[in-house]
Amino acid sequence: MYMKGTAARMGVMKRVSLVFKAKANKALDKMEDPRETLDYSYQRQLELLTKVRRGVADVATSRKRVELQMNQLQQSANKLEDQARKALSMGREDLAREALARKSSAQSQLNDLQAQYAQLQAEEEKLTVASQRLQAKVDAFRTRKETIKATYTAAEAQTRINEAFSGISEEMGDVGMAIQRAEDKTAQMQARAGAIDELMASGALDDLGGHRDDIQSELDMISSGSDVESELARLKGELTASQRKQIEGSGANGGPQAAQAQQPQQAQQAQQPQQAQQAQQPGPYAPPAPQYTPPQQPQQAEQYQPTQAGLPVADLPGLGGEPQDGDG
Amino acid sequence: MIVRILGEGQFRVDDDVAAELNQLDTELESAVEHSDEDKFTTALASLLAQVRAQGAPLPADILEASDLILPHEDSSMDEVRKLLTDEGLIPG
Repeated sequence: MYMKGTAARMGVMKRVSLVFKAKANKALDKMEDPRETLDYSYQRQLELLTKVRRGVADVATSRKRVELQMNQLQQSANKLEDQARKALSMGREDLAREALARKSSAQSQLNDLQAQYAQLQAEEEKLTVASQRLQAKVDAFRTRKETIKATYTAAEAQTRINEAFSGISEEMGDVGMAIQRAEDKTAQMQARAGAIDELMASGALDDLGGHRDDIQSELDMISSGSDVESELARLKGELTASQRKQIEGSGANGGPQAAQAQQPQQAQQAQQPQQAQQAQQPGPYAPPAPQYTPPQQPQQAEQYQPTQAGLPVADLPGLGGEPQDGDG
Repeated sequence: MIVRILGEGQFRVDDDVAAELNQLDTELESAVEHSDEDKFTTALASLLAQVRAQGAPLPADILEASDLILPHEDSSMDEVRKLLTDEGLIPG
């Protein structure tokens, strides 16, 4: 019943199989000598085998290209995050924001590529299996072909040839379609891969070559600017220390609570050098010890420290625009 | 009987299972006729799952034409329509 419905209720499965059979029969009908069909078909099978193997190689090439791009994008994303972190630590939230926006863009491309990669991988596996299956069928066909040729007359051979032929022709149709699908997918991926290459070249996803990486160059500028500035602060500090015999750079890293809360008390309660020394010990900012000279006038230490502490931090963001760094 | 899933290979399936498949196939066909994408996706997925679950894969070196042929698992409705015509997707 299920096999013998009318054309209207034959179902998709049966109709598709009839379409395949019709194709095979059409090809068979063209042949005058049925045994000729065998050799002709065998040639076409070998050609198809070559084609499907080339298809596997093509898909693999595409997959590797996507893989390469994924690695590049991942590096970009990592680098942009580092840059964002660095920018933030330098108080440049605007730069950090820009870096993170690019990272997010790189990340979404990456997710897209991951999906494509999985598709290509699946396609490659399918084609590989298809090629193995076709190889097995082609081998079976060759064996059968020799048997038919050796054993049967042209008239007797007909039925057996038809069987062998429709079997192999269905497989060939299937593999042919698989190759076509793989080619279509690969073409789509290549178009996308080309678009991503262009996007990367434009610098929108951060150029790994570095020469177009404006975030990095600005960060470099700031950090070389801040290097200059902290050196300057250190030198100033030394100068001040030797002039005023003060503790050099004691406020550079903060610790304002200890410095501000305890020192005034010392000044009020007792102006002994020993206590001033104690006040510095609990703080994490312990200044370079060798240059330490016991303060003779604790009140002055109080006045200078905030000035020195303020220098590197407050001046940092503004330095980006200053011309200390000529290579921008 | 032998059922092929395009892109996957052939399976040998018992005749009583084929009756079940036929039921699902009717749904698939009506989905294609009515351009019902959701129904199409569901029916195709059930059909393929049924064949994989109930059928035994045919060894690759057996040279036999299939009684029934099923579309690829990720076929679109449009692809299936083309499969149903002689001018369709089957190369050569």
